[in-house]
Amino acid sequence: MVALGELEALALDDRENLLARPPRPWSSVRLRNIAWWRGVVLVLTGAFFLLPLFSALRFSLESFSGGLTFSAYTAIPSQLGFTAALSLSVRLAVVTTAITLGLMVPTSVYVHLRLPRLRPFFDSITIIPIVIPPVVLIVGVLQVAPTFLKSTPYLLALEYTILAMPFVYRSLDAGLRAIDLKTLVEASRSLGGGWRTTLWRVIVPNLRTGILSATVLTLALVLGEFTMASLDLYQTVPVWIAQFAQDDGHISTAVSLLSLVVTWLVLVVISSFDLRRIRRMAQIRRDA
Amino acid sequence: MTMTTTAQQRALATQQAQTAEKTGATVELTGLRRRFGATQALDGFTLTLVPGELVALLGPSGCGKTTALRVLAGFETVDSGRIVVDGVDQSRIPAQRRDMGMVFQSYSLFPNMTALDNVAFGLRMRKVPSQQRRDRAKEQLELVGLAPEADKYPHQMSGGQQQRVALARALAIEPRVLLLDEPLSALDAKVRVQLREQIRVLQTRLKITTLFVTHDQEEALSMADRVCVMRAGQIEQVDTPSTLYSAPATPFVAEFVGTMNRIPGVITDDGRVGLLGTAVDIRTAVVGSGFGGNAVIASGTPVDVLVRPEGLAVTPSPEGRGIVMTTTFLGSITRLGVLLDEDVMVYADLSNASVAIPTGSAVEVTLTERSVMVADRTEPAHSAVESPVEA
Repeated sequence: MVALGELEALALDDRENLLARPPRPWSSVRLRNIAWWRGVVLVLTGAFFLLPLFSALRFSLESFSGGLTFSAYTAIPSQLGFTAALSLSVRLAVVTTAITLGLMVPTSVYVHLRLPRLRPFFDSITIIPIVIPPVVLIVGVLQVAPTFLKSTPYLLALEYTILAMPFVYRSLDAGLRAIDLKTLVEASRSLGGGWRTTLWRVIVPNLRTGILSATVLTLALVLGEFTMASLDLYQTVPVWIAQFAQDDGHISTAVSLLSLVVTWLVLVVISSFDLRRIRRMAQIRRDA
Repeated sequence: MTMTTTAQQRALATQQAQTAEKTGATVELTGLRRRFGATQALDGFTLTLVPGELVALLGPSGCGKTTALRVLAGFETVDSGRIVVDGVDQSRIPAQRRDMGMVFQSYSLFPNMTALDNVAFGLRMRKVPSQQRRDRAKEQLELVGLAPEADKYPHQMSGGQQQRVALARALAIEPRVLLLDEPLSALDAKVRVQLREQIRVLQTRLKITTLFVTHDQEEALSMADRVCVMRAGQIEQVDTPSTLYSAPATPFVAEFVGTMNRIPGVITDDGRVGLLGTAVDIRTAVVGSGFGGNAVIASGTPVDVLVRPEGLAVTPSPEGRGIVMTTTFLGSITRLGVLLDEDVMVYADLSNASVAIPTGSAVEVTLTERSVMVADRTEPAHSAVESPVEA
């Protein structure tokens, strides 16, 4: 390679010849160097994420005598409060996802169809839940929540709905940008489709990837959220883990790992719905 | 593409039998006004479509033609005016209850549905039983020659196929009015010609009142029973394609439809117009914008004479008043671009059977018409460039 300074020093003809020359193929040594650096980055990143997990796994499997045992895992179901915490977390995840999608899908569609100029404004206001401290959000929700909800754990679902809004809005927004929404809606209406039919039969199926993405993010957020549940004094799985860690570190670590694996599996299952569709489409394309 | 297959003919016969007593509707658009901010999209738009007629709305971008169509479809509201279909005011009827089939400019098939499901969608909305729905959807697909593609998804079909499915979908609901919003503009030239013939054949046989929006004059003139030329939200002229071409009502129509030359001329003492070294009659049927219908124009008034390329003759002549600047081969004719002495560019058609005149030749340009259209010299030119599209 010729450095820029050298290039300037060359005569015009030489410079033109040099620039006209096809780029030199990368040498195998250079490629090996890049591959080596890639490997290093991969290993370091993997170690950063996996070492704590490995340590936690090892700690959860350690017996008092120093050997390996699954007793921490087998003892989980019988621990006081665990089943209730798990049940609450799952219920909150389902309710939050339902409320979030029920609110955000029609809203996002409406913004795209009727208020496209306000999209930048919505982009910015949906970030607010990320920058406002959880305790402020809780106070805000308490001000407007219906009285009958204030004494139930489902108050958390409202708080989580606000917390999930930035992620859900962006997922749906990306999905809506990918389709010709206006034309599809008008085509449906010209054929006799009312708003509900159009939303259910035309928009939602074509927004599937965005909706699945929003669902995955909401579930992950709800199943892992600690601060709001703790401040509201409800014992979800993360709160239970934090409290139980003071009694038995092995079991609380085992629950943490299990909740991580279960959450991951749920997300994989949800993602696979879309993955199956993508593969089927790819197969159809190949056949065509 | 003409209807050739037995399946298509059978499907068409069935469809014709079904719609025998259900011919197209009468559509009356009266005094429509619609403003978007500072833009007056429709400004007193009035048009009536008789049953079974295909009317094309033709005009430059932003003239309001799509707004007029969308108002009729129910996707836009009007500030004032009436929309009446078969005597029923449509102003308060939502789009989904207007019973109008529409084919859009962009591919509008539902991506999550097969071609068959797309066509059956409108029937489903009308609660047609499942089996009947499928049968009718298949018939419609046969009608547009796409029965073998029934199970394909939109992304597996070409643009032309998608628009044909969209047409089948719009026809499946047996609409009172068919609305076509530049349905051919996204297609390549060959497919466009095939599909426009197919649309015309189906529309004629099924007798559906059709409003067709296009900015392509060739499409409008070749497909429509009448063409409505629009400018700035208003109608300039509504007439048959041949009348529009041969007897335009305004200089705008004259220049917008087909190719039109503007040649400077002067009114002579005997009320004729002098140009290119000769004097010819003024065609009284044509309205010059600044002159009014049959008003007498004062002698010595400078005017622009509007002449079509076929109204000019070009002959090689070393002392001629023009130089050939461009030659464009257009199949049976060659169009010459000639720069005249007055720094005016004119276009003239030369039969390919006659002697070829190369670029750079000195030529004489003469009129072959005995009467011409004149326009006010101050009227701005609307289509100064040559258009290879010709009626």
